[in-house]
Amino acid sequence: MEIHVTDQAGETHTLEGLEGWRVMEVIRDWGLNIKAECGGALSCATCHVYVGAEWFDVVGAPSAEEEDMLDSVGDVRPNSRLSCQILMSDALDGLQLTLAASAAKD
Amino acid sequence: MSGHEITTDVVVIGAGPCGLFAAFELGLLDLKCHFIDILDRPGGQCAELYPEKPIYDIPGFPVVTGQQLTDNLMAQIAPFAPEFHFNRMVNSIDKQADGSFRLVTDADEVFHAKVVVIAAGGGSFQPKRPPVEGIEAYENKSVFYSVRRMDDFRDQDVVIVGGGDSALDWTLNLQPIVRSLTLVHRRDAFKAAPASVNKMRELVMEGKINFLQGQIGSLEGENGQLKHVHLATNAGDLSVPATRLLPFFGLTMKLGPVADWGLALNDNTVVVDTEKFETSVPGIFAIGDINAYPGKLKLILSGFHEAALMAQAAKKIIAPNERVVFQYTTSSTKLQKKLGVA
Ligand SMILES: Cc1cc2nc3c(=O)[nH]c(=O)nc-3n(C[C@H](O)[C@H](O)[C@H](O)COP(=O)(O)OP(=O)(O)OC[C@H]3O[C@@H](n4cnc5c(N)ncnc54)[C@H](O)[C@@H]3O)c2cc1C
Ligand code: FES
Repeated sequence: MEIHVTDQAGETHTLEGLEGWRVMEVIRDWGLNIKAECGGALSCATCHVYVGAEWFDVVGAPSAEEEDMLDSVGDVRPNSRLSCQILMSDALDGLQLTLAASAAKD
Repeated sequence: MSGHEITTDVVVIGAGPCGLFAAFELGLLDLKCHFIDILDRPGGQCAELYPEKPIYDIPGFPVVTGQQLTDNLMAQIAPFAPEFHFNRMVNSIDKQADGSFRLVTDADEVFHAKVVVIAAGGGSFQPKRPPVEGIEAYENKSVFYSVRRMDDFRDQDVVIVGGGDSALDWTLNLQPIVRSLTLVHRRDAFKAAPASVNKMRELVMEGKINFLQGQIGSLEGENGQLKHVHLATNAGDLSVPATRLLPFFGLTMKLGPVADWGLALNDNTVVVDTEKFETSVPGIFAIGDINAYPGKLKLILSGFHEAALMAQAAKKIIAPNERVVFQYTTSSTKLQKKLGVA
């Protein structure tokens, strides 16, 4: 399964995802510009992505705890998600995401 | 506190779990240490990022939370009475002619130490800078990430951004002295203590402050002096007069000054050997998440092991002529005396 990730510089990368991996882990493993400081523990919001319009319903809305965490970034949009809270599965094959500025490493 | 000078055996930079345990291993060898950390309390990532979350891989503890581990480490090192200097960043380290080190903090304090242990983890915790173009130019002039002096905000048009305790507390504290105050948060739900949220809502009802649901779009001003903050709100774009902006988006780790200390680095980590965990500068050690060596795992337990070996090497530098006998805390009365249990 593949995901398409547009980085902060506007370049789109097609990444091989593995069933059960967190989307954050796929993006980090491929060396894209994602800080993911807390390693997926929903404690940092530095894995912030925008979900492609046609994918938002498939991925679903953030949990209450994730909404709280999203308060700590200044560039939230209606399609914001924390990518460590999205698990790779067949249903997400072809998923399109854009990395938020607030996910960038320093 | 400026102009203050402290002389000690060891300065540990960073009071995260690995730094804290170093005080135990150093203490058993009669070495006294001082901690410097930019946070306002011990525990590093455990205390700042996940105090309530469980850790399952600390040997001997089937489960322990970040805060419990911190509290336990503090109790464990208490017999050695390490001293803590919080809310300070170590800016520079310079080796002196006699081989010792001179460290200077951002509060202009000077520390003299025979050995320096860098336990800086993922770097120093610093306020998150919101992704707003050109914000750097305003920082420390009209954009602040904390309130050091309330007077800087007196009679100003203040915009505070965020929904946590810092944002709400400063909204309540600054309101009586400002010219105007606007609280901006992306939604009408707050993580802050309910009592502060209620007080904030009362002030809004009384017309004493504004609350706008939205996010910062851009800043307008010149020479670092802010004039307006442009907001993207649910009701469209708005411009608010602002001479001070306080964004409260929590903390993030930045490598910070460690990069400038002349140490061999590898991708934001400090290169060490695996016998002594010494850096490319003899006498400066690095343990915990901040170091790099083949096979490194960024786990707390790795940092504990590194602390034990580092302490042996530090002892040889500080007391080269003293013979160190290997002993167990279980059976050595000498060690137990140091721990205050014999
Ligand atoms: C959510 C989460 C869950 C985790 N779960 C586990 C787990 O289950 N098991 C495990 O083993 N590990 C876990 N970890 C990793 C573990 O927390 C780290 O390995 C550990 O905190 C590293 O400790 P440290 O002492 O090296 O550094 P840190 O805890 O990062 O502390 C470093 C301290 O140094 C300070 N500092 C840095 N530079 C300066 C400077 N120049 N001046 C002043 N102060 C400075 C920082 O402010 C910080 O307080 C987890 C991490 C996170 C974020
Ligand atoms: S990696 Fe920290 S919240 Fe996702």
